[in-house]
Amino acid sequence: MAETREYKGIALIRAEPPCGMITLRGGPDAAKGLATAGKRLGVKMPGPLGAELKDDRGLLWMSPDEVLMLCPAEDVPDHLDALRGALKGHHAMAVDTSDMRVRFSVSGAHAREVLAKLCPLDLAPDRFGPGHVRRTRLGQVAAAIWMRGDGAFEVICFRSVGQYVLDLLQVAAAPGSEVHLFSQPVG
Amino acid sequence: MLTFRCPVCGVDAEETELSPGGEAHLKRYGPGSSDEDFSGYLFQRENPRGVHFERWRHAYGCGKWFHAARCTQTLEVFGTYPAQTTEPPQEILDTITKKRPGWTWRELGAK
Ligand SMILES: [Zn+2]
Repeated sequence: MAETREYKGIALIRAEPPCGMITLRGGPDAAKGLATAGKRLGVKMPGPLGAELKDDRGLLWMSPDEVLMLCPAEDVPDHLDALRGALKGHHAMAVDTSDMRVRFSVSGAHAREVLAKLCPLDLAPDRFGPGHVRRTRLGQVAAAIWMRGDGAFEVICFRSVGQYVLDLLQVAAAPGSEVHLFSQPVG
Repeated sequence: MLTFRCPVCGVDAEETELSPGGEAHLKRYGPGSSDEDFSGYLFQRENPRGVHFERWRHAYGCGKWFHAARCTQTLEVFGTYPAQTTEPPQEILDTITKKRPGWTWRELGAK
């Protein structure tokens, strides 16, 4: 990543430090094993398009047979051991993908607007809020977006396009670029 | 602009979140088939002006394949349905017949 770790325009864009990420895949027959992930983090298993988060850990629904587990990096080996044990004998997998993606946060009054400029999602407050996750397209690349309890958005994308996404977010948050899609102009 | 409801994740996905997968319900002719059948499988496509059935993939979303029935002339979407089928569900055929009386597509059509 470039030296810019934080950028303040109409929203605050921040390159977040690395965290542990574990990709879990498996069909309905592996549901019980996959549920181990929720038990270990103390969160529920997310339903379709759901994000179950608690502080710096949580589970993101990625597709009918895929869940992404977020946790502190140092917890990854223990989680992997436990999950692989629980999934034994099933056509399922638990893989450390911590290095695969990078994570950004977008916060502030115009955070919604910044993201709405870049992806084809309905980001109206009554359509997308905490507890939701969407995989979508951000500019020209794939990304996933969810909202933290504090109202900030988190964005992940593949590491290889991390600089592109950071640049994209910064341009979309350039000072004076408000379009007031979700807010009233002041004055 | 096309918007399909992905039958897998339920999202109303806009066209740029999807990848087109070409014509739906192709029957594969493999080893031992006639040259005519095999070339038909490879090259013969409908290219209609009107009702069409296609495969799409929710590439930037849940990543899954699904089927869609739409009008190539107006971009009206008649419905989407799971990938795991060799023919459109009756409900979708009925919807099309209501909106496009007299439609035909391959061996399908308004009855
Ligand atoms: Zn989908």
